Amino acid sequence: MQEYKNSREPLIRLTKRDSMPLGSRIVVRLVSVVLAMLVCAVLIYAITGINPLVVYRTMFEGAFGSKSRIWSTVKEMMLLSCIAIGLAPAFKMRFWNIGAEGQVLVGGIVTAGCMIYLNKLPSALLLPVMVLCSILAGALWGLLPALFKAKWNTNETLATLMMNYVAIQLTSFFVAKWENPYGSNTVGIINQSDQKGWFPQVMGSRYFFCVVLVLLLSVMMHIYLKYTKHGFEISVVGASENTARYAGINVSWVMIRTMLLSGAICGLSGFMAVAGASHTISVSTAGGRGFTAIIVAWMAKFDAATMLLISLLLAFLQNGAGEIASKCGLNDYASQMIIGILLFFLLGCEFFINYRPVFRHGKKKEVR
Amino acid sequence: MGGLVTLFQAAVVFGTVIMFGCIGETITEQAGNLNLGVPGIMYLGAISSLCAVYIYEGSCSPESPASPLICILIAVPTAFLGAALGGLIYAFLTITLRANQNVTGLALSIFGSGVANFFGGSLNTLAGKFEQVSVPVSSSAFSASPVSLIGDLGVPGQLFLSYGFLVYVAIILAVVVQYFLHHTGAGLDLRTVGENPQAADAAGINVIKNKYLAICIGAGISGLGGLYYVMDYIKGTWANDGSIEKLGWLAVALVIFTGWKAKNAIWGAYLFGVLYWMYLYIPGLTRASQEIFKMLPYVVTILVLVIGSMKNSRDKQPPAALGQAYFREER
Repeated sequence: MQEYKNSREPLIRLTKRDSMPLGSRIVVRLVSVVLAMLVCAVLIYAITGINPLVVYRTMFEGAFGSKSRIWSTVKEMMLLSCIAIGLAPAFKMRFWNIGAEGQVLVGGIVTAGCMIYLNKLPSALLLPVMVLCSILAGALWGLLPALFKAKWNTNETLATLMMNYVAIQLTSFFVAKWENPYGSNTVGIINQSDQKGWFPQVMGSRYFFCVVLVLLLSVMMHIYLKYTKHGFEISVVGASENTARYAGINVSWVMIRTMLLSGAICGLSGFMAVAGASHTISVSTAGGRGFTAIIVAWMAKFDAATMLLISLLLAFLQNGAGEIASKCGLNDYASQMIIGILLFFLLGCEFFINYRPVFRHGKKKEVR
Repeated sequence: MGGLVTLFQAAVVFGTVIMFGCIGETITEQAGNLNLGVPGIMYLGAISSLCAVYIYEGSCSPESPASPLICILIAVPTAFLGAALGGLIYAFLTITLRANQNVTGLALSIFGSGVANFFGGSLNTLAGKFEQVSVPVSSSAFSASPVSLIGDLGVPGQLFLSYGFLVYVAIILAVVVQYFLHHTGAGLDLRTVGENPQAADAAGINVIKNKYLAICIGAGISGLGGLYYVMDYIKGTWANDGSIEKLGWLAVALVIFTGWKAKNAIWGAYLFGVLYWMYLYIPGLTRASQEIFKMLPYVVTILVLVIGSMKNSRDKQPPAALGQAYFREER
């Protein structure tokens, strides 16, 4: 006979919460951000001896100190949240699209290609062609893993991850092909003289159109996920594939359709990054944003407004840390370290939102 | 002939970095955790060992020169521990706090590369006039090969005995891990946890402990890949060029390629190395088309992944519960 060694109730037991009120959810997240910042401050002080308050103030100046800095932070925020918006439907379906980096890059490649080869077209025609091509390229990059998954149940996390590196090498190929000037191994600013295929300048900034585009996309995505039949199907497939099948949803088709959409929006982010922001193409056109956006989309629980907010926070850290690098003699990569710590805390705090610890000698409650 | 020998040598050196990463990740994935933080973990292993031996070599004077043995004794444990600590963060978040594995792994990659490049860059700044940090004693200790000790042995010597000791450690480790996972009771427990944690729990296997151990030890082994990279591959220096990151993802790819079997990592890693360096040996390639050739390892991995799932062959599948959090009270 097996004896039960541990017949006492454990000290802490965890139960799942049904749902936490919005207010306390926000409080938990804010507390975790503050804690993360405290840890970073201690770390910065321990390593460099620089007063962390000075560091944070410098960061704030770096991100919001002048008009051009604000726009640069906004640009970063828009690029990040655009990718996150693209990822949201796939993740809601529990389809792990880790391939945003690659989808952004192929979108960027064809955008740059259009700018180089079609620069005889009038701008009014060129921009729509670029949009269309980047959407198609991104959608194709998203379609392949979806087809594999739908047909043979190939692990999509790993397939999309590998597609990233195919896209990165493809980018390197085109960078070497289009390099300008010869031997520099960079493409340089495309169409610098006539600005063909660039976003027009509005309100004194080139990034204005990026903002409009992303806001529009986020509203549309919100409606699509919340109020359409497609959105409903996505959430059913995400909750349980078997339930979806039982309810008569064509799971394979939903998967393919959603990944086409997801890849398309990521491709469009590539278009935005090239035509709206950098006007060149390189491996750093995506620059890890594809991976960071995954975390943004996941933590925001696919809510468009929250995605914008988290993107802003990350953009602030990114641009702020650049300023520290030059002012305090800290290394540029400090920002990545800080972002990493912040992400750990934000991920960890979800636990306290989803679960509630119950102590052994708490309330005498019936078990079962 | 000479070209083939150098290709093979380059492939072995390249392959060893990802072999360590792959062996560690295999252990982790067999326990049901997909750790996408391998690049970050390799970064952490690399930088912690580099910092440690930098301090040690800096403390030595010409009168009492640094001993190669002590360098090795310092570097290996620090690399293992630094990486295992990264694994511990991941384990705590995904097991105890039940955060999503993919997202946590990616966060770990960002964190690890941030930490490593921050300190690596700072070391380079400290090194001052040479612009780059260097740890000559450790680097030569790690790249000392049997051939350099016993003399020239011709082509066989160049092919098999011209590498630092970690190359051989990696091969031995692959065999040991393969034996452990597939021929011991503890290994069976571990794989059960990865296949079906509920059943493992019901059978009295401590799921939490198994997962924690697998992740931390797996991360430590992956970290040795970072150690090998920094000490032998780039000869004891630091460059903020993101190449560890690329190698880390290749290690993840290699796990798929090997079908979650550590023994296949031995030839798989070298094959990846050959695929990666092949462009140097194909005549008539332009700088652009070289880049297409560097795609090969990834394309091959995708093909293996797709063909494996097409055939639905049981020994080429990921562990059934890979990527899923385990919560006892959930069904």
